[in-house]
Amino acid sequence: MANYYTDNKNLRFHLEHPLMEKIVRLKEQNYIDKEKYDYAPLDYEDTIDSYDKVLEIVGEISGDIIGPNAESVDHDGPKIVNNEVVYAPGTQKNLEAIVNAGLFGMSLPREFGGLNFAMVPYVMAAEIVSRSDAGFANIWGLQDCAETIHEFASEEIKREFLPRFAKGATAAMDLTEPDAGSDLQAVQLKATWDEAAKVWRLNGVKRFITNGDAHVSLVLARSEEGTSDARGLSLFVYDRASQAMTVRRIENKLGIKGSPTCELVFNNAPAHLIGDRKMGLIKYVMSLMNSARLGVGAQSVGIAEAAYREAVKYAHEREQFGKAIVNYPAVYEMLTLMKVRTDAIRSLLYETARFVDVYKAYNIIAETRKLDADERNEAKSYQKLADVFTPLLKLFSSEYCNQIAYDSLQIHGGTGFMKDFPIERIYRDARITTIYEGTSQLQVVAAIRGVTSGLLLKVLRDYAGRNVHPEQEPLRRVLISMTDRYEQAVSFIEEFKDGEYTDFHARRLVELAGNIVMGYLLLDDCQRDDSFERTANIFITKVNAENLQHENYIKTFNPKELGEFKAVFEA
Amino acid sequence: MPFRIIVLAKQVPDTRNVGKDAMKADGTVNRAALPAIFNPEDLHALELALRIKDQINDAEIVVVSMGPGRAAEIIREAMYRGADRGVLVTDRKFAGSDTLATSYALSLAVKKLAPFNVLIAGRQAIDGDTAQVGPQTAEKLHIPQITYAEELVDVNSKQITIKRRLERGIEVVRSPLPVAITVHSSAPVCRPRNAILVMKFKHARTTTELQEETKDYTELRLYRPYLNIEEWSVEDIQAETEKLGLSGSPTKVKKIENVVLQRKESKAFTADDKDIDLLMQELMASHVIG
Repeated sequence: MANYYTDNKNLRFHLEHPLMEKIVRLKEQNYIDKEKYDYAPLDYEDTIDSYDKVLEIVGEISGDIIGPNAESVDHDGPKIVNNEVVYAPGTQKNLEAIVNAGLFGMSLPREFGGLNFAMVPYVMAAEIVSRSDAGFANIWGLQDCAETIHEFASEEIKREFLPRFAKGATAAMDLTEPDAGSDLQAVQLKATWDEAAKVWRLNGVKRFITNGDAHVSLVLARSEEGTSDARGLSLFVYDRASQAMTVRRIENKLGIKGSPTCELVFNNAPAHLIGDRKMGLIKYVMSLMNSARLGVGAQSVGIAEAAYREAVKYAHEREQFGKAIVNYPAVYEMLTLMKVRTDAIRSLLYETARFVDVYKAYNIIAETRKLDADERNEAKSYQKLADVFTPLLKLFSSEYCNQIAYDSLQIHGGTGFMKDFPIERIYRDARITTIYEGTSQLQVVAAIRGVTSGLLLKVLRDYAGRNVHPEQEPLRRVLISMTDRYEQAVSFIEEFKDGEYTDFHARRLVELAGNIVMGYLLLDDCQRDDSFERTANIFITKVNAENLQHENYIKTFNPKELGEFKAVFEA
Repeated sequence: MPFRIIVLAKQVPDTRNVGKDAMKADGTVNRAALPAIFNPEDLHALELALRIKDQINDAEIVVVSMGPGRAAEIIREAMYRGADRGVLVTDRKFAGSDTLATSYALSLAVKKLAPFNVLIAGRQAIDGDTAQVGPQTAEKLHIPQITYAEELVDVNSKQITIKRRLERGIEVVRSPLPVAITVHSSAPVCRPRNAILVMKFKHARTTTELQEETKDYTELRLYRPYLNIEEWSVEDIQAETEKLGLSGSPTKVKKIENVVLQRKESKAFTADDKDIDLLMQELMASHVIG
């Protein structure tokens, strides 16, 4: 009888953020659906109440079904039978519960059988599911693909595929190939137009495909013969019912073992083009990746929450030298940092989700009427914010969740290294989050644009202008001084005008900015709930010290020594 | 005429999570201290009803609960899982009813919903554990009954086939309709609440509940009649008052005791090889292990 939504009051707290009123207003467009659908909300209050009640179902299924199944799913894993993927028995039970509860197609419009949920509650559901089983969260979370079809595909494809998602069709995004990982421009899988059958045909191999044997797959393929870069790639939708794709193998992984990672062979597989030719990677996959990165953010926060809770529980139960280990500073410092970091990445997660919500809602409105100038500007500025916050979120949440899982296992001591407690699985599951959907290193490449363009600095200056309670004024002053120092560090590096040198320090610069962003977000949380004051205080003190260390390294580093770095291992 | 399935459900104190103030000084249950829940076996009953509905075109599920005003909560809970509408049988005159009086009242409520095809209830409620209300209601309605149901084997508009869970095995029985069925806890667990149904039915209220709400969405109720949970009083079901409540209940509780189980016999073994061998032999002889 566990409920992973109601047992965590911080979730409801983020659901009630003041910006939600705007998001819901845009998303529900004056509650027009209430005339047509008996489950559509009647007003703002009613919408939040619906979010709340549906999240309660997510919390209950996560706590009572998915969580308890996680150990057996990790052990059993999926199998290949006759070239098809068969999920672990526990996964099948999870899916049955989640489909019966109507939790597929959450963000799709009602006309396609969806719930028309905003990103914030959808992302929250992803966080809750991930806390119970991060591997299962992938199978469930790939419903993001429906969003891409909804945004970019033709009306005909939408009508054919979207209603299936709400009935529980699973999805996959087939991007990676043996020689195209981080560098997707190198994708080789071939798409050729079959004039006789009036369909595209896919031929080639995909690798590391999460849930590769899904009902519906989005496939990135080379449609333009003779090209070798991104401009030759288009996005296709493939239906498993055509049975022209086989699963060659399932990878044996370190973690998220319940989620099948497949190698696929497409053999003259019929497929439909999504949107326009040549826009596959440039536009559609970029959008798909952004929502996938938001998804990994949610997954990371869920894993962090799970790891933290296991640690707190164990530290209270375990006694050494005559008292529970939670009483030793070496242990409680770890626990405290786990908690404040989880709070910090959660605030970053929902801030990012809100930005995405506003601009996506405008995009949907723009399909039915022309936006006025103010609306266009607002949509644009929120999209820019979302673009710079998404890599920040992916970077910080995944790195923190690994740190938190590491510390949680450490608190368990030798017991944590054994298979007896959930933490060893959580620790293994955490590891992928800094790697897939773009490694941490690639998130830095994306986020550094926000540093060099000055957008992040502007964001930080805007945050500084928000109201705070007088007693929190000292915290704001710390953040303002951190921002000043960040500005100096950026211009210090820019003065050298050396690309490799900037790249070398890029991660440090992004971390300086990200730390301040999260500091401000926690300070903002204090304005609505006093209980965040302690968290904000501890977090800001800690990241201030971390930033000083980074700044010191940047200042004392001699650019001429860059060559020495390579020499060390090439010698 | 739709195929009508009536589910009898009871709101009960959650005796599985008993705290220290669960019992009053006089030994009766302190209902205020225990969370009120959907009686677990009635949820199994609802799942059986839903499975019948899955197989029959044009079937509807009506949930009937007898209890105080707050029992409307479990009617909504049933709607969130697929029930179509609900009736709350509620009146102060029902207070103190034993199983005889309760089954009398329920049978009258069910008659008011006639014609019906299947009547389903949980085997027993966790607060009383009598397992009498379902069978007694069937008797008063003069319809056949299948108790301890575990699985729906087959159903059509004329008859139903059910697998029963008995103490030493299973039994498959077929009955003409209408029939009463009581469902055992070994039957499939109830499906989860469904997101769309939750949003559709969350404003369902009884008239009494509506009087206590500030925002009642009155207009909505006019064109969504399923949002009105009916409340039936003694007059509505045309019951004779003397057959209800304490006067209609021959069961008299003489005494309530807090029973503490004590060990009756015990054997002591020391931790040497000989005693452990003896213990092993004994456990094997009694088939506890081996």
